[in-house]
Amino acid sequence: MYRLQRDESDLAMMKAFEVSNEDFSSAGTASSKIKKILRQIGMDAGVIRRIAIATYEAEINVAIHSNGGHIEVYIKSDKVDIYVEDTGPGIADINLAMQKGYSTATKEIRELGFGAGMGLPNMEKCCDDFYIESVVDEYTAIKMTFNL
Amino acid sequence: MKLKEIAELLKCEILIGEAYLEREVKFAFGSDLMSDVLAYTEEDTVLLTGLCNNQVIRTAEMLDLKSVVFVRGKKPSEDIIEMAKEDDMLLMCTDYSLYAASGILYSHGLEGTEI
Ligand SMILES: Nc1ncnc2c1ncn2[C@@H]1O[C@H](COP(=O)(O)OP(=O)(O)O)[C@@H](O)[C@H]1O
Ligand SMILES: [Mg+2]
Repeated sequence: MYRLQRDESDLAMMKAFEVSNEDFSSAGTASSKIKKILRQIGMDAGVIRRIAIATYEAEINVAIHSNGGHIEVYIKSDKVDIYVEDTGPGIADINLAMQKGYSTATKEIRELGFGAGMGLPNMEKCCDDFYIESVVDEYTAIKMTFNL
Repeated sequence: MKLKEIAELLKCEILIGEAYLEREVKFAFGSDLMSDVLAYTEEDTVLLTGLCNNQVIRTAEMLDLKSVVFVRGKKPSEDIIEMAKEDDMLLMCTDYSLYAASGILYSHGLEGTEI
């Protein structure tokens, strides 16, 4: 379901990917595809790397914290907008969730290599503009903008 | 440091990517938490980890890391090794612990990433 208003001005290409919460081992597939697309376009390697890191952390969050969602990539001449939206428990205190090291992940998730509480702060650090909104028991929606 | 030297120092078994042993890395980073790797790793880094699932390869892929050393005798399954092949990575494993492996590389001049 769309939560955030899309900005379609100057749109050159749009790609959408489903993210499931059912199979942790397939998490990262969307980010991997997105990275390949950006590389094909010939985008600057440093920007691709930042987009890949942020998208991957966002995708992992959807896989481990939500009931599933999607990632949409809007490629424009001067920037890339990434929308990540899910349905699920949402986040009660966004300021707390944005702090380094804050995590509600279970021991099982940590054994899989995640749950360090570094995802959201790293996403914010990687992009040029970060927006997050959430409603408890409904959804979490993130928009990340990367200037080219 | 050349990956070949790392392989020798840690008495590694090469799992895939033998052709890339001549590559150089500037830094090493060791962690079992992939989010820490994603937050702190620069390019030209060899990743040392005791985590042994496909998210290790995904993490390396996102960061453009081209080499991973699995420590504590951990050995990834075939499908994980296959994933690494697609991204031209060198995967190797060592019996040393993360602590010991890091110590050996550090004492031979391979530095950590600046945090
Ligand atoms: N998509 C999401 N849905 C629900 N809760 C989330 C979502 N993303 C993040 N959170 C909450 O914010 C916390 C911090 O997220 P993050 O910084 O990515 O760390 P981690 O995923 O390692 O716990 C999570 O532990 C979780 O409680
Ligand atoms: Mg996270």
